[in-house]
Amino acid sequence: MDNENRSEIPLEALPPQELLLRMYRRMFLIRRFEERVNELYMEGRIPSTLHLYIGQEAVATGVCANLGEGDYVLSTHRPHGHSLAKGVAPRAIMAELFGKATGCCKGKGGSMHVGDITQGVLPAIAIVGANVPIAAGTALAAKMQKTGGVTVCFFGDGASNEGAWHEGLNVAAVWDLPVIFVCENNLYAASTSFSKTFKIQNVAERANAYGIPGVVVDGNDVLQVFNTAKAAVERARGGMGPTLIECMTYRQCGHSRSDPRTYRTREEEDAWKELDPIPHYRAWLIDQGRAEATALSRLESEVEQTIQDAIAFAEASPEPTAGDIYQGVFKE
Amino acid sequence: MAQMTIAEALRQAIREEMQRDERVFCVGEDIGIEGGFGGAFTVTLGLSDEFGHERILDTPISETAIAGIAIGAAVAGMRPIADVQYGDFLFCMMDQLANQAAKLRYMSGGTLSVPMVMRAPVGATARGAQHAQSLEAFFTHIPGLKVVAPATAYDAKGLLKSAVRDDNPVLIFEHKLLYGSKGARSEKGALSPVGEVPDEEYLVPLGEGVIRRRGKNVTIVATLLMLYRALGAAETLSRQGIEAEVIDPRTLVPLDKELILGSVRKTGRLVVVEEDNLTNGWGAEIAAIVADEAFNWLDAPLKRVAAPDVPPPFAPVLEREYVPSEQKIVDAVLSIM
Repeated sequence: MDNENRSEIPLEALPPQELLLRMYRRMFLIRRFEERVNELYMEGRIPSTLHLYIGQEAVATGVCANLGEGDYVLSTHRPHGHSLAKGVAPRAIMAELFGKATGCCKGKGGSMHVGDITQGVLPAIAIVGANVPIAAGTALAAKMQKTGGVTVCFFGDGASNEGAWHEGLNVAAVWDLPVIFVCENNLYAASTSFSKTFKIQNVAERANAYGIPGVVVDGNDVLQVFNTAKAAVERARGGMGPTLIECMTYRQCGHSRSDPRTYRTREEEDAWKELDPIPHYRAWLIDQGRAEATALSRLESEVEQTIQDAIAFAEASPEPTAGDIYQGVFKE
Repeated sequence: MAQMTIAEALRQAIREEMQRDERVFCVGEDIGIEGGFGGAFTVTLGLSDEFGHERILDTPISETAIAGIAIGAAVAGMRPIADVQYGDFLFCMMDQLANQAAKLRYMSGGTLSVPMVMRAPVGATARGAQHAQSLEAFFTHIPGLKVVAPATAYDAKGLLKSAVRDDNPVLIFEHKLLYGSKGARSEKGALSPVGEVPDEEYLVPLGEGVIRRRGKNVTIVATLLMLYRALGAAETLSRQGIEAEVIDPRTLVPLDKELILGSVRKTGRLVVVEEDNLTNGWGAEIAAIVADEAFNWLDAPLKRVAAPDVPPPFAPVLEREYVPSEQKIVDAVLSIM
């Protein structure tokens, strides 16, 4: 990791109080959403496989807290957290997981393609690394249209070994496009560990090859993620080009639903559970006098209600009709 | 009315669309470099002088990035025209085209659109196996993509303008021997079909074929260079008393099925000519459609004339054997008369 690059992003002051609580709410929403989805899957109430975001909530939350209308998010096969963090409605995502006509993709997408373009979230792209060149495209559009909008492209450590990743990063760098590349390094590309597929210590080192800043942050520390992303977003909005942020984190669950996690030790998992982003942030809020425990509990039960409402909505929603299969291929 | 080559007609279409709509821009390799080529076949020559490098974007040699940029920009409200130096390079960006461009709208439940154009030169032209293929059939098989193959200057301009205004991903396949490119970028053995192009604005809609020659004895369907070979073959056949009706579908997706079926119902015979390899070509699909929907009108077996199932070879004598000739078309027709 290049210290010169790292120093380009100074640690900012704390975000405002209201944002601190909103970030906790988002993280808790993502966690509980994923846990409930997992239960629903185990009960056979939703189809598909699942790639859960449990453990990585601070990344999507901290990054997306810097985004607004006119900004785009490109997501991955593990997309529920990204969509929730950018503001896609829990009802619409849940209904999509159920394969219902009211889902954010009208039942055409499913778990691996959730998104909502009205919220700036493209349908999640489940081909690893393929979202990177597309992110360059949405960023180019914003630059040409002078909207001031930025694009955030999420991907895992494994994606940075795809050719598309390198082509996309290079052209975004060459053209100074307003895009923030966010690597969620959860140490495993499916079952294959980082050390088996990289000769370097960090994905962020690859930023040097493209002449852009590369930063490594604690991806389980939502404030660190927020501040780093804030600087990168400002840099992008200012026409200074892309930043690669590598968030070190850990997926507490398996890669997908059928993953018994026999390629990693329970000790390693326990160590990372100690670093769980949500209880840490919760404790910090209380210790620093930023929130009362009772207020957080109240917020948590509101979130439970939101999720319960989303499930009820999804279950009550109609399925697509067979004729819907023909809708949405071409725009007439 | 101006006389134009296909390269000039395409350039004029791009110019007009860029003047009309500021969302339109070009992106590709070597398309706007000062002292460069204006793309491999001069189509974008001079456009960076007119529109600047902000709208004629030269990329690194990164085909996947070119496609991804076009897709992302299109989703975000722009109207990109991407230049693929040689059609064969489409394979480098296949995931972007097949998994992303074609599917994003469907995956989104029809809530977004991908209005992009991808221009790609095809055809065997003494460059060996990797700068020679005709790839139209691959893309006709992917739901969500439109496939266009203009054979005249008039159509090249009108179809490209329609493609730019279409709200879906459109691939335009252009034949290297039909561009009429001049100077150092001209092609040996090119046909250079100069055609009349109206001064006033016009569009050629996607999905409308055209009858290039009327006849009552056999229907020949062909696009691009093969259209000219089919027309040549038709003249030879005419001297033997066989009048061929030659149809140029102009677009393969959407396909003007009714034009072909109507002709076959009249002639009772069908020969499809394509420069691509025989197996699973778009010619096979047309033959299947005709067998399915006009079987009772057929008087003879359906015939396909296509490149054999080998990669495009280099040696001129081999390449001549690879690309369907007028004589092969004549022979195919005679075999079913």
